[in-house]
Amino acid sequence: MTNHWVDIKNANVIVVMGGNAAEAHPCGFKWVTEAKAHNHATLLVVDPRFTRSASVADYYAPIRTGTDIAFLGGVINYLLSHDKIQHEYVKAYTNATFIVNEGYKFDEGLFSGYDEPGRKYDKSTWSYEIGADGFAAVDETMQHPRCVLQLLKQHYSRYTPEAVSNICGTPKDAFLKVCETIATTSAPNRALTFMYALGWTQHSVGSQMIRTAAMVQLLLGNMGVAGGGMNALRGHSNIQGLTDLGLLSDLLPGYLTLPRENETDYQAYVDKRTQKPVRPGQMSYWQNYPKFHVSLMKSWYGDTATRDNNWCFDWLPKLDKVYDVLQVFELMFHGKLNGYVCQGFNPLAAFPNRAKLSKAMSQLKYLVVIDPLATETSCFWENHGEFNDVDPATIQTEVIRLPSTCFAEENGSLTNSGRWLQWHYKGAEPPGEAKPDVDIIAGIFLKLRELYKKEGGAFPDALMNLTWNYRIPHAPSPEELAMEYNGKALADLTDPKDPTKVVLKKGQQLDGFAQLKDDGTTSSGCWIYSGAWTEKGNMMARRDNSDPSGLGNTLNWAFAWPANRRVLYNRASCDPSGKPWDPKRTLVYWDGAKWTGPDVPDFKADSPPSEGMNPFIMQAEGVGRLFALDKMAEGPFPEHYEPFETPIDTNPLHPKVISNPAARVFKGDLEAFGKGKEYPYAGTTYRLTEHFHFWTKHTKLSSIMQPEQFVEIGEELAKEKGIKAGDRIKVWSHRGFIKAVAVVTKRIRPLTVNGQTVHHVGIPFHWGFKGVAKSGYLANTLTPFVGDANTQTPEFKSFLVNIEKV
Amino acid sequence: MKVTRRQFFKISAGGLGSSSIAMLGFSPGEAQAEVRTFKLARSTETRNTCPYCSVSCGLIMHSLGDRAKNAESAIFHIEGDPDHPVNRGTLCPKGAGLVDFIHSENRLKYPEYRAPGSREWKRISWDEAFTRVARLMKDDRDKNFIAKNAAGVTVNRWVTTGFLAASASSNESGYITHKAIRSLGALAFDNQARV
Ligand code: SF4
Repeated sequence: MTNHWVDIKNANVIVVMGGNAAEAHPCGFKWVTEAKAHNHATLLVVDPRFTRSASVADYYAPIRTGTDIAFLGGVINYLLSHDKIQHEYVKAYTNATFIVNEGYKFDEGLFSGYDEPGRKYDKSTWSYEIGADGFAAVDETMQHPRCVLQLLKQHYSRYTPEAVSNICGTPKDAFLKVCETIATTSAPNRALTFMYALGWTQHSVGSQMIRTAAMVQLLLGNMGVAGGGMNALRGHSNIQGLTDLGLLSDLLPGYLTLPRENETDYQAYVDKRTQKPVRPGQMSYWQNYPKFHVSLMKSWYGDTATRDNNWCFDWLPKLDKVYDVLQVFELMFHGKLNGYVCQGFNPLAAFPNRAKLSKAMSQLKYLVVIDPLATETSCFWENHGEFNDVDPATIQTEVIRLPSTCFAEENGSLTNSGRWLQWHYKGAEPPGEAKPDVDIIAGIFLKLRELYKKEGGAFPDALMNLTWNYRIPHAPSPEELAMEYNGKALADLTDPKDPTKVVLKKGQQLDGFAQLKDDGTTSSGCWIYSGAWTEKGNMMARRDNSDPSGLGNTLNWAFAWPANRRVLYNRASCDPSGKPWDPKRTLVYWDGAKWTGPDVPDFKADSPPSEGMNPFIMQAEGVGRLFALDKMAEGPFPEHYEPFETPIDTNPLHPKVISNPAARVFKGDLEAFGKGKEYPYAGTTYRLTEHFHFWTKHTKLSSIMQPEQFVEIGEELAKEKGIKAGDRIKVWSHRGFIKAVAVVTKRIRPLTVNGQTVHHVGIPFHWGFKGVAKSGYLANTLTPFVGDANTQTPEFKSFLVNIEKV
Repeated sequence: MKVTRRQFFKISAGGLGSSSIAMLGFSPGEAQAEVRTFKLARSTETRNTCPYCSVSCGLIMHSLGDRAKNAESAIFHIEGDPDHPVNRGTLCPKGAGLVDFIHSENRLKYPEYRAPGSREWKRISWDEAFTRVARLMKDDRDKNFIAKNAAGVTVNRWVTTGFLAASASSNESGYITHKAIRSLGALAFDNQARV
């Protein structure tokens, strides 16, 4: 979230789309209720199902799954054609004024530079025109035919209310009603918040759905203000933390990135990431990349990392490609992976196309599972009849299962979706011999080290020299680790303005990332978490819930990254002269000498408005990007592409380019996609209030509340198919089938799309063959093995199925 | 005298009988909470956060035992933390059932081993488990580690064993997992953020 849970109460309009907070994030949804009750907020819900979020909405609009870009593109067209944008904000704080390279084109569903056999783009034309002064060229009047605002208008002019209704199945009047309400927040004293979750990420165009909404927010001037923002509600309790800490194939902690194999020169690697400003006077905060990177390498490799060896740059693995989970299972499926280690993760249930996953895992030589519970993944080789029909004798995988503790049995912090790092405490001992994850990783790592010491082996340098100065080496404490990622001074640090003044003594904890250095005198394992454990102690454990401004920014409750800031980009809540657009929602302001206010300013504290530094300091332009340059795989403006399995088998905007042209599709998976003729219904998966993924089916209370697998269908479809509520039905896709009880509901209505009727089939996914609930089929039996072109997040939300009564 | 609900518990837990609480001038409404007080009076409270969704509701876990070295704590009740700014004491049905997760019959208690082709699990010791896992990893790594690619440049990567980290584990677990696994040269490394 750019903002946070409590801040939702400041919104005037709330759009829940691509999520269902009332059911999936119930205790966070209370802030929607609060906004409605005390801020007269209007709640809009756009969803294929009339969810419980919809049931308390002021207005609900149905939409066909997978078509959110068409809908939001239509909103952009509405805002531009009805002149409902916040002009001053758009002009000053977005790249609407920037002039785009002459070679940029969009035609028949494709942007300039498409490489068809490679399914990717040469993005060189998706760039700014550079002026004689070496900076990006702008036209303050926004009349230049190639300025971003004009290109934006042109691009979305095709997204008329009629086109939107035709693609999305949303009745035209419902769509317009949503547009009108959204448009009211172009006023500087009104704010809109978007609340979304996996309903946007789990599509082959998921990242672009989110971008489209972010563009709407920029046009309305809603980024950086209280009650505004782009609010990813996210899934697991620490999904934000694990993302921040970079546990992904191509990342390092704090959104630093691993080098590619053509980046073996250290200087070239950092130079590329040390973004210089592309407009005069801009901060371009990534100019500090070397400080963050060197401090990370000092945390990991201590004294071994020196300037002479480029801070051990050679020791970082270099990517030939991104090994995301789909790529890894593809390799496993072809017998190219020998081992797999899963920590608190149930991939047999969590990735798409279960038949493929099961075959892939059976090819492994070894599988290690670290988990508090007996998951399906650890038992993938067990025969459970129709729910897991395998023959253990033929599965030659060696499996080792290691019991870990749960939340209640350890100290530590989790980062919620509002970026708050909150510390928790151990309340009991784990059962049997279960150990904390930290001790298990330490146990494996130290054993590996012992073996390398004894036997030698492939490239032992990095693992032998990794810092491991923990008091108990086989059980590092969470406190030591938190202090390590915060970082410390490795030499006395002096005040840059007065070198005689020592700010921190050697060995002291850093106050924050502003103190980081690129000369090896500081360490920090995750720069954005610097400030979490300072000389004052554990800032994540703070428990003062006072809220002096009344806007919900409890600055002394826990620690929020970055720098304890509660609303990102909050400089944008003020006009260019430094005055809040709306005094009632003052987060920060210029007091004549410095930036101050009830939140921590997201800005250079002493830069006066007259200097013209812009609010989006992480961007080289200083402004928000309506035109994404080369940052996205499938284009600088989001375009509507159909899901890979679409019930209409065409794209009404450009029939020759139906689905995302830049998405990666593996051979064999393409053949496993179904067509609308055989599989006429739009399947979509989701979660229930009573369950969390495949986890709570191991707990009695959740299993009592929702004991048995079911599938939701609308009354019209049920009638067509002769299905009554409570019947057992079979649901199948081109990849397999499940059987479940039918829930026949008014909450799912048929939609008219491109002249045909489209029914949705709703598939809650909480069942499996382990647990105390009734056994069921893993719902990923049905889902397609394809992901978003940028993130490779699987397309779980839109696929095709057929159904019949059993 | 104004007391919060939690202070009230503390006072009562401090050994005041019901009549003496009444004598302190509590209104009958407050005194009624006393029935509950007795049930929780002997418990130790520990602050935690719900491990399920990213709202991260604040929790109070009640356990028996007083954290003495020789006494085992057992959590018997979990409720929302009323001081928490986000959930303000509430929990959803999942959070309300957390105590059943801690005590689930499917909690794993010992390291276990399943041999190739076998139909059963065998209990093993931690030392056996660590030794076997390290052996398997090292053999695979030594055999398949790529120090230089075809073009002869240093790439130091290991992509024949994959890793998945857990996004319900703590930042401290995540941090050390990243540090240790990346030092092996691993790239086939992801967490739930991908899905
Ligand atoms: S109690 Fe419910 S809403 Fe709160 S964190 Fe847990 S799962 Fe989420």
